[in-house]
Amino acid sequence: MSDLVTIQPPNGQPVKELVVISGKGGTGKTSIVASFAALAQGAVLADCDVDAADLHLVVDPHILRREPFAGGKRARILPDQCAACGQCKEVCRFDAVFLDGPGNDVVQKTFRIDPLACEGCGVCASLCPMEAIEFGPVLNGEWFISETRFGPMVHAKLGIAAENSGKLVSTVRTNARRIAEERGFALALIDGSPGIGCPVIASITGAHLVLVITEPTLSSLHDLERVAALTRHFGIPTLVCVNKWDINPQICEQIEDWVRDRGLVLAGRVRYDPAVTEAQIHGKTVIEYQQDGCAADIRSVWANVEARLEISACALRNGV
Amino acid sequence: MVRRKAGELIEMKLAIASGKGGTGKTTVATNLAWIAGCNGRHVAYLDCDVEEPNGHLFLNPEITSSVPVGRLHPVVDEDKCTHCGQCGEICQYSAIVCIGEKILTYPELCHSCGGCRRVCHPGAITEVSRERGRLETGAAGRIQFIRGLLNIGEAMSTPLIRQVKAAAPGADLVIIDSPPGTSCPVIESVRGADLVLLVTEPTPFGLNDLKLAVEMVRAMKLALGVVINRDGSGDGRIRDYCCVQDIEVLAAIPDDRRVAEAYSRGILACDSVPEFRARIEGLWARLCDLPPASFMTLPQEARQ
Repeated sequence: MSDLVTIQPPNGQPVKELVVISGKGGTGKTSIVASFAALAQGAVLADCDVDAADLHLVVDPHILRREPFAGGKRARILPDQCAACGQCKEVCRFDAVFLDGPGNDVVQKTFRIDPLACEGCGVCASLCPMEAIEFGPVLNGEWFISETRFGPMVHAKLGIAAENSGKLVSTVRTNARRIAEERGFALALIDGSPGIGCPVIASITGAHLVLVITEPTLSSLHDLERVAALTRHFGIPTLVCVNKWDINPQICEQIEDWVRDRGLVLAGRVRYDPAVTEAQIHGKTVIEYQQDGCAADIRSVWANVEARLEISACALRNGV
Repeated sequence: MVRRKAGELIEMKLAIASGKGGTGKTTVATNLAWIAGCNGRHVAYLDCDVEEPNGHLFLNPEITSSVPVGRLHPVVDEDKCTHCGQCGEICQYSAIVCIGEKILTYPELCHSCGGCRRVCHPGAITEVSRERGRLETGAAGRIQFIRGLLNIGEAMSTPLIRQVKAAAPGADLVIIDSPPGTSCPVIESVRGADLVLLVTEPTPFGLNDLKLAVEMVRAMKLALGVVINRDGSGDGRIRDYCCVQDIEVLAAIPDDRRVAEAYSRGILACDSVPEFRARIEGLWARLCDLPPASFMTLPQEARQ
């Protein structure tokens, strides 16, 4: 880590983690995170949407360090040693074993494990009477420490058709927090993934604040209800922002009423603005692309979020 | 498998996926299901986005059955346990841990592989089922409707997705509405599909995530086609990419605020926007006309 300067956290203040999630995909989460990065000017960025990571497309990270990620193990049958007894197929609960492997001196066909179906439990390997099953770690992706025009960034690329995204999310988050501590940043800004399952749980547990980006559609309200139940389950304070609110003002109000009834906090509205896509095409955040329109809305949402985080602007700027 | 008689599509499993979220998977899946139903086909719609299912909002099915579905996890009989630690050793997920005289289990981490029970020589472990979600079935007109609903706080969605797929009835067309992303839940959803339809949008984010999805589908050796949604809202990068990669663009749906508004209110856009309906009908016709071989868009080197 010789490339990174080590500095004590400002006033010993712990690093705060803001996680931006959405429940439903495609509500504008990543565009808003990138805009926040431009406004904060002193946060460590973490892209925890590891299986469809997009934040790098607008913040243009310069990779300083890359690390392989081995998140799980896989079983592999050695055709030379397989006696085709079928025990592996019998014990596998994941339908990952097929009798279509190459033959050997003893049998015409051997068993084969589909690596995409294998869950890495290792039961087949431990019970194989011929000791014909290899069981070991596989590379599931890569993660990176980078520098962007807004500050440091930790991000990852999950291998093709790989799993264990939850573990990769944890790796990204842990390293973002570590860098924030080492370099004296008060905030880690985390782009989460859609859904309510393992990667989302891995990105929000223990965070200080969650911001849910929703949109004025019944689908999005339905998904907000489920994602809000998840943040309540983990006891994390939750703010809600309605993006593209003017697509359907009536449903926007319906969502805002629901948010208030639930005792959650509204962070504001952001209007629908084609400038978001234009900025994306130019590799910029919408904050850098324009002053008015939705950029003005995002500024006011950021001000509300910043107030909730209780990080003084001074502490944010202490980052190197 | 796709079986054909006189050029007609008889039976097909069509998975609809996207990489990026919010590109219009559910819009395409529900409207296509509806149009195929209008054309007299027996359609089964499977909502495999068990974390955030939305298909019901558009198809308004009458749910006739809603059953809790569970998965196995170990329970240890302390009287029989000899604290040998074998269970903790075989478990790859830290779902059962043996510390001295104490055995701890963490059901939410358990993958239900059954390894701990198999290696427990004193027979102290039994597997019991724990509810992880619900499986709901019903009908929306001619469309058979099946969805899974993952319980809040459950990390693993793949077992429930497997259960949704196993519950699919026989039909001319099985539509699998998959979750966003490219990792385990998506792989589980699209596995075994005759064709994977990747819905994308003409933006940098759309293209980046489409590439990941294409790589995933190719790694699974499945046939694929692309639907460009909100065509005209960005630039020509998706078409360029599909052209270079020899991927068929099966439909392009113009960007239209009326479609977004119909979506926001939870109604099928093909009922209120005739131009949109025409595109979905066009997509349906392409699916019926295309010979199965033309679905294969694997790169040259992978084609043998």
